[in-house]
Amino acid sequence: MTKLSALLVLAGGMVLHTSSWSASATDWPMEEFKGDLQDLPSLQRGFQLYTNYCLGCHGLEHQRYGRTADDFEIPRDLVEDNIIFTGQKVGDLIKTSMPPVPAKVWFGATPPDLTLEARLRGPEWIYNYLKTFYVDEERPLGVNNKVYPNVGMPNVLLPLQGVQRAICEEGKCDRLEVEEGSGKLSVAEFDQVAYDITNFLYYVGEPARLERQKMGVYVLLFILVLICFTYLLKREFFKDIEH
Amino acid sequence: MAEANLEDKKTKIDEAMEWVDARFPATETWEYHLSKYWAPKNHNYYYVFGFLGIVVLVNQLLTGIWLTMNYVPTDERAFASVEYIMRDVNYGWLVRYLHSTGASAFFVVTYIHMYRALAYGSYKAPRELLWFVGMAIFLVLMAEGFFGYLLPWGNMSYWGAQVIVSLAGAVPVVGPDLVEWARGDFLMSEVALNRFFALHVVLLPLLLVALVFVHIVALHHVGSNNPDGIEIKKKKDNQGIPLDGIPFWPYSIVKDLFALSVFLFIFLAIVFFAPEMGGYFIEIPNFEKANPLKTPEHIAPVWYYTPFYAMLRAATFPLFGMSAKFWGLVVMVSAIAIPLALPWLDKSPVKSIRYKGVLSRWALRLFVVSFFVLGWLGVMPATKTYTIMAQFFTLIYFAYFVLMPWYTTVEVTRPEPERVT
Repeated sequence: MTKLSALLVLAGGMVLHTSSWSASATDWPMEEFKGDLQDLPSLQRGFQLYTNYCLGCHGLEHQRYGRTADDFEIPRDLVEDNIIFTGQKVGDLIKTSMPPVPAKVWFGATPPDLTLEARLRGPEWIYNYLKTFYVDEERPLGVNNKVYPNVGMPNVLLPLQGVQRAICEEGKCDRLEVEEGSGKLSVAEFDQVAYDITNFLYYVGEPARLERQKMGVYVLLFILVLICFTYLLKREFFKDIEH
Repeated sequence: MAEANLEDKKTKIDEAMEWVDARFPATETWEYHLSKYWAPKNHNYYYVFGFLGIVVLVNQLLTGIWLTMNYVPTDERAFASVEYIMRDVNYGWLVRYLHSTGASAFFVVTYIHMYRALAYGSYKAPRELLWFVGMAIFLVLMAEGFFGYLLPWGNMSYWGAQVIVSLAGAVPVVGPDLVEWARGDFLMSEVALNRFFALHVVLLPLLLVALVFVHIVALHHVGSNNPDGIEIKKKKDNQGIPLDGIPFWPYSIVKDLFALSVFLFIFLAIVFFAPEMGGYFIEIPNFEKANPLKTPEHIAPVWYYTPFYAMLRAATFPLFGMSAKFWGLVVMVSAIAIPLALPWLDKSPVKSIRYKGVLSRWALRLFVVSFFVLGWLGVMPATKTYTIMAQFFTLIYFAYFVLMPWYTTVEVTRPEPERVT
């Protein structure tokens, strides 16, 4: 069995060595994002921001308003009155009202559904993407993005963040700076906005995540106790057998 | 008085059992397969993986049935219905993760079980048919995993299936027609999804259960091998019970239960805390719906196929007028099928690696290393260096089998003990 364990370690090492293969190709130095599914105020704000700024184009076609409201501890009627702009019922899936075919003509590509974006690209990617729009006169919409170069999406958060420009030093344009007073929010406030939207999408990617982890702790504790008992049972029986 | 009562009670149960036994071999079956099935007492923990395989099979069957209740095998609904299960079905996420993690667990358990058979020579006489049935289970399991992997209808599902189905195109003359026939369409579509679903939830599970049953029947007929590779049936006491045998019930069962609880700890830790397993149990591109117009940057099969996938890609040059793709297919199919020949390839007078010679020991070690390295290469992009490595380790993989008649003949073996150690 020691050989078996050695092999498992070897296999584990290989897995670790190769586990970066899914990361999206970008050399932008990503700012770390740590989701917090217990931070209900953040999730509630993220929900509201999403429906205000994102849902116009990007649906969450697998997620329901009601489930989201319940998980965020928002009364359902409040959601119906204040969050649903599409005339849908609270039990409905969060769909965008953007028609997919004309949208393709307008933007060059239909804006993707974002239900699983946080699982596909990772929440860190979303967080950095939201923060790295900058002015680029060469692009049709006047903006470009550091994490997703030449993206076809306008900077919908510009009124909040303000005008951000890439500062070039020694041929590299790696520093982004916001023109002071051009947006409604300060840099720190805008960081919070980006965080809340990302945290919300992190939740939407797998709404059962928190429940899963909570249940997992109890299940594993139970199994630990079970291991003790089955071990003692086995030992008791095998006392009969001489080797 | 008390004694009389006890006897009365016993008689009633006995009577009931006699009534049943006259109509159905209940006691006989219980004794034959459990309470009087003699397992060698030197069984180590490698011998729990058959039992664990059955547990995982049952897990797959049960969770599979519950998934089927909400899954819809259509182009429009397949992907959405999986997300519906993950969100709107009560504990649907748990059922789904038990099933997706169970698939990987099935292969982990099966590979260790097969390694055990290689190490202790469990394929040798009189267990050849047991080994064949086991190999058939392995083949069906691979097919079952392949068909099941398409069902979530994610983009990796789609393109993975596309790559594997198109392999049939390498068959001379009829290749392209064969691919079209297998898909039922000019590209992977709902037609393929529907037939894969039918095979995954009906035909292959039936086959799997039937083969596992036959596997156990064959095993209990010849008796279990053991780490010493000697037959415990050769030394029996005056009642015909093997001297080194212990009854499967309760001894092996309590040991299996302990192993099961350890297994469950690892298995459920993954289910609850790392169900994606870093993109190896659930691949990241599969969080995007199948899209015939968008090929994932890097198509890799799920980890349990990667050793064979690496061997498929290792064939890079045409030969005898046949394409490299054709030879890749030949290499892969041979790699999967060649263990069937083991009972005849192994000429050693002893079964267990404990008493085989130094060549056999090194051959087995190198074989295991090649399997792991090939598995790793199978998830990596096929760069020049990696392809040369894959070719080298493919040779090592086959050398284990092809050279076996030679190295098991020339090496010096150690004498087997009379009784198990």
